[in-house]
Amino acid sequence: MEDFQYHAPGSVDAAVSLLRDAEDGKVVAGGMSLLPLMKLGLAAPGGLVSLGKVSGLDGIADRGSEIEVGALCTHAQVAAAEIVRERIPALAAMAEGIGDAQVRNRGTIGGSVAHNDPAADYPAACLALGATIATDRREIAADDFFLGMFFTALEEDEVITAVRFPVPTRAGWAKFPNPASKYAVAGVMAADGPAGVRVAVTGASGDGVFRVAEMEAALASSFEPASVAGVSVSAEAMLSDDAAGPEYRAHLVTVMAKRAVEEA
Amino acid sequence: MSGNGTGTGIGASVKRKEDVRFLTGRGRYTDDINLPEQLHAHILRSTTAHAEIGGIDAKAARKAPGVHAVFTGADMEGVGGIPTGWLIHSKDGSPMVEPPHPALATGKVRYVGDCVAIVVADTKEQAQAAAALVEVDYRDLPAVATIAAASAEGAPLVWDEAPGNVCYDWEVGDKAATDAAFESAAHVVSIDVVNQRLVPNAIEPRAALANFDPSTGDYTLYTTSQNPHLTRLLLGAFVLGIPEHKLRIVAPDVGGGFGSKIPHYAEEAILTWTAGKLARPVKWTCDRMDAFKSDTHGRDHKSTAELALDADGAFTGLRVSTTANLGAYLSTFAPCVPTYLYGILFAGPYTTPAIYVEVKALFTNTVPVDALRGAGRPEATYLLERLVEKAARVTGIDRVELRRRNFIREFPYQTPVALQYDQGDYDSTLDLALAAAEWDGFEARREEAAARGKLRGIGVSTFIEACGIAPSAVVGSLGARAGLYESGSVRVHPTGSVTVFTGTHSHGQGHETTFAQIVSEMLGVEFDAVEVVHGDSARIPFGMGTYGSRSLAVGGSAICKAVDKVVAKGKKIAAHLMEASVEDVEFADGTFTVAGTDRSRTIGEVALTAYVPHNYPEGLEPGLEETAFYDPLNFTFPAGTHVAEVEVDPETGEVELLRVACSDDVGRIVNPMIVAGQLHGGLAHGIGQALLEECRYEDNGQPATASFMNYTMPRAADLPSFDLRHNTTLCTHNPLGAKGVGEVGSIGVPPAVINAVLDALRPVGVTEIDMPATSQRVWQAIQDAKAS
Ligand SMILES: Cc1cc2nc3c(=O)[nH]c(=O)nc-3n(C[C@H](O)[C@H](O)[C@H](O)COP(=O)(O)OP(=O)(O)OC[C@H]3O[C@@H](n4cnc5c(N)ncnc54)[C@H](O)[C@@H]3O)c2cc1C
Repeated sequence: MEDFQYHAPGSVDAAVSLLRDAEDGKVVAGGMSLLPLMKLGLAAPGGLVSLGKVSGLDGIADRGSEIEVGALCTHAQVAAAEIVRERIPALAAMAEGIGDAQVRNRGTIGGSVAHNDPAADYPAACLALGATIATDRREIAADDFFLGMFFTALEEDEVITAVRFPVPTRAGWAKFPNPASKYAVAGVMAADGPAGVRVAVTGASGDGVFRVAEMEAALASSFEPASVAGVSVSAEAMLSDDAAGPEYRAHLVTVMAKRAVEEA
Repeated sequence: MSGNGTGTGIGASVKRKEDVRFLTGRGRYTDDINLPEQLHAHILRSTTAHAEIGGIDAKAARKAPGVHAVFTGADMEGVGGIPTGWLIHSKDGSPMVEPPHPALATGKVRYVGDCVAIVVADTKEQAQAAAALVEVDYRDLPAVATIAAASAEGAPLVWDEAPGNVCYDWEVGDKAATDAAFESAAHVVSIDVVNQRLVPNAIEPRAALANFDPSTGDYTLYTTSQNPHLTRLLLGAFVLGIPEHKLRIVAPDVGGGFGSKIPHYAEEAILTWTAGKLARPVKWTCDRMDAFKSDTHGRDHKSTAELALDADGAFTGLRVSTTANLGAYLSTFAPCVPTYLYGILFAGPYTTPAIYVEVKALFTNTVPVDALRGAGRPEATYLLERLVEKAARVTGIDRVELRRRNFIREFPYQTPVALQYDQGDYDSTLDLALAAAEWDGFEARREEAAARGKLRGIGVSTFIEACGIAPSAVVGSLGARAGLYESGSVRVHPTGSVTVFTGTHSHGQGHETTFAQIVSEMLGVEFDAVEVVHGDSARIPFGMGTYGSRSLAVGGSAICKAVDKVVAKGKKIAAHLMEASVEDVEFADGTFTVAGTDRSRTIGEVALTAYVPHNYPEGLEPGLEETAFYDPLNFTFPAGTHVAEVEVDPETGEVELLRVACSDDVGRIVNPMIVAGQLHGGLAHGIGQALLEECRYEDNGQPATASFMNYTMPRAADLPSFDLRHNTTLCTHNPLGAKGVGEVGSIGVPPAVINAVLDALRPVGVTEIDMPATSQRVWQAIQDAKAS
């Protein structure tokens, strides 16, 4: 690991200006994604700006038609939150299925969304539910936020402060985990909410999270498992790794979509 | 040795002494030890599977901050290579090809992970950073990573002296008799199986801390070893030429080995040599990524086997042809694992009269393969139990009935492949497991699952193992370069407490508890008054270490013999004190008594007399301390039946393991809790192999599964609660009647699980599947069956 400057500012504004001043600065939240990259030498930020001392970013609030989740909320917090479990149970289920207990206790929603790992779970929830990503300077619709594997609309010095999820009429989550890493091989959220009927898939494509228009159309006319059970995605667009080759992955997307609708 | 299971004696589930320090973080592992003036080393490893080393430029690294030295193969020229411990002869009588294994590569590198240079600096981080500055000119050569690639026509050679990459082509058994059995067979059943390569993944990575004292010329090496004396022998005598009295090896607390800490590793030699060169202590601790690339791997076989049966289902002949991947160099036990720990297991619990096994061992550009929990015996058991299962399908004879028809029932039993079983009771063991598994009620469970859209299956394996290897003269005749006895010393202190010195090594097995239970019961002293010492060549007379489930059967026997000697001497002292003749003195429960009288002396009184010999038998040496060496008279033969029950989700191919019921005969049980722990660990290991774990390489020899992100270790959630039963028969030829338990799970359970998966998949037309039965593999098998 290369040497770096460590900062722990007390406010978002201070964090942003530290990021601006640092040579190749990076935010660190739970560190579950960033620290392994640094250890492997795949990331070598000159300045590490921790959000740990910034207050007000770790709350979950009921805003009526939306649930607002602070950027520093851990996966464990979201999974356990009564408001989330009552109003968007699919989101709680998704958070509960991330990694292992250690990862859920450290990893944050802001980090997950900012990192946009193609096998991460939150991007699917954000896209399916039509979430809004709030930052220190603007609000970004999920539709405009995820721009492909490890790539988002965030600027270099931009800090996520919260993610707001519109409460859906119904939504379901199903994930087939990689047996070793527990990341998604195929994770699907199917939702019927203010943003319409949406099916978002993570883990399956090298381009990151994507929506399946054909499934959405089928569900829009009839929101039941049978509507998607026969809809397949193209194997050509699929990731291929040890856990799943392209055909198997494409098949799992359909099965998980069906199960997500069953859960909704 | 009656052991009534109460208190702290033999048969009692005494809590483990060692756990207090382990659970409170006070264990003292190699990496916890620090010496004054200590430097830190980083081992630079080959990044390519096969290459000529055009040159190594370490100038920049030597100038990097904190760096004291960089050494490469050229610097170690003249130092001996890493030896292997076993010589195998091929069918034609020729010795195996035994290529050199320089500690630091010279000329060529032969696998990703091969040691290329050592960088020594003030800190570990400095050494690591400087290592990145070493420029190695790799001139890549074509590599072979798999059995298929290494045995292909015109395959690139790992060693020029090994044509066809063949190390040896070995056989055991009577070929002519076996062929004859096949000619007259009513049924012949054949099978092809792969026993995939595994990574041991002990939780503590390997580490070494070497020191050289220039004032005395003494070397000390702290290392993560299962057998410190063996390491001293190999490192001292073969590699560095340090006489044993000048080389101390300490294996302190060691966090798991599973076989991967048996071998003498290049890093141990490099560190010790470097410490001598620099006259400073040098420490190295492997990280997990390097561990995947440099700890010895296990298994990696490809086999074809055929079973001949008569019309009644009696096995009449068995033919096995196996190719084994040994990796790039011959590790310490590597040559013997696919031969004498494999080929001679093929009788299993069955009366098959004619067996012939041939094994071709190949070099490849991969991490060397050595023993891994079970070492050869899991491979044999898996193959045999898959074949027997298939024979049941082919002949239409019930799979349990077929096994029963072929069980050995008369002991001792001489197999056609060298072993002689002393004792066993396979029928009752099987009955017990079937009852525990509710085998008879299974069809109802299958139907209930089918109604939920799930495929449910049940599978069984009946097996034996050969442990506690073995009379030294026998293993010597089979090519072992060491004896396989064990030593034990018992020191009774003047006030009656006892220190026991054992040549075995505990790295999770709980010897500090088990051996104390034995000695406390035999000498009639308090359990807490017995301390067990292991793992230090300066404190232990000699030892062969711990592997092959040998510690209790062989090491425990040595301790029993030493206790017997203590008692014999104590009787002489007691007789003198009580003015009786030695023949009249009896010893029980810590007290020497003159038979038929109330005259007695306690062991404490006798011990004190031995050290304060004012009133003492003439001519008898003072002191009460005895050492015994025990050379086993035979292998021991644990046996068992394991039953697994699974449910397959046909939509995703996921296998859920629902139940595991085991009935085992492990001989004398000293501590039932520790035995259960060993079984649990072994079962987790075996289930990992059956369902999850697989080490793979790219065609170019790059490791494809070199981290926990894609090498699936079993987790608690992958395992059901285990139902463990015991049907004990005692080993007839060691004083404890012990057989061994450390490897039972990894040997017995994999075929039970796979047989269960195949039983589940039968309705959808799947008849074969390889380990690990991952969801993708199961799903693919279902698709293929649908398509055909
Ligand atoms: C073993 C393991 C298993 C895992 N399994 C899963 C899984 O099943 N599903 C899953 O979804 N994830 C999984 N993860 C990833 C985990 O959820 C991470 O915690 C998460 O992706 C990142 O969150 P973090 O808080 O740890 O971010 P960090 O590692 O701290 O940061 C990650 C990236 O986000 C940036 N960042 C962090 N916070 C902010 C912010 N507020 N504003 C702007 N940028 C920010 C950082 O600069 C960095 O680039 C796993 C991780 C591990 C180690």
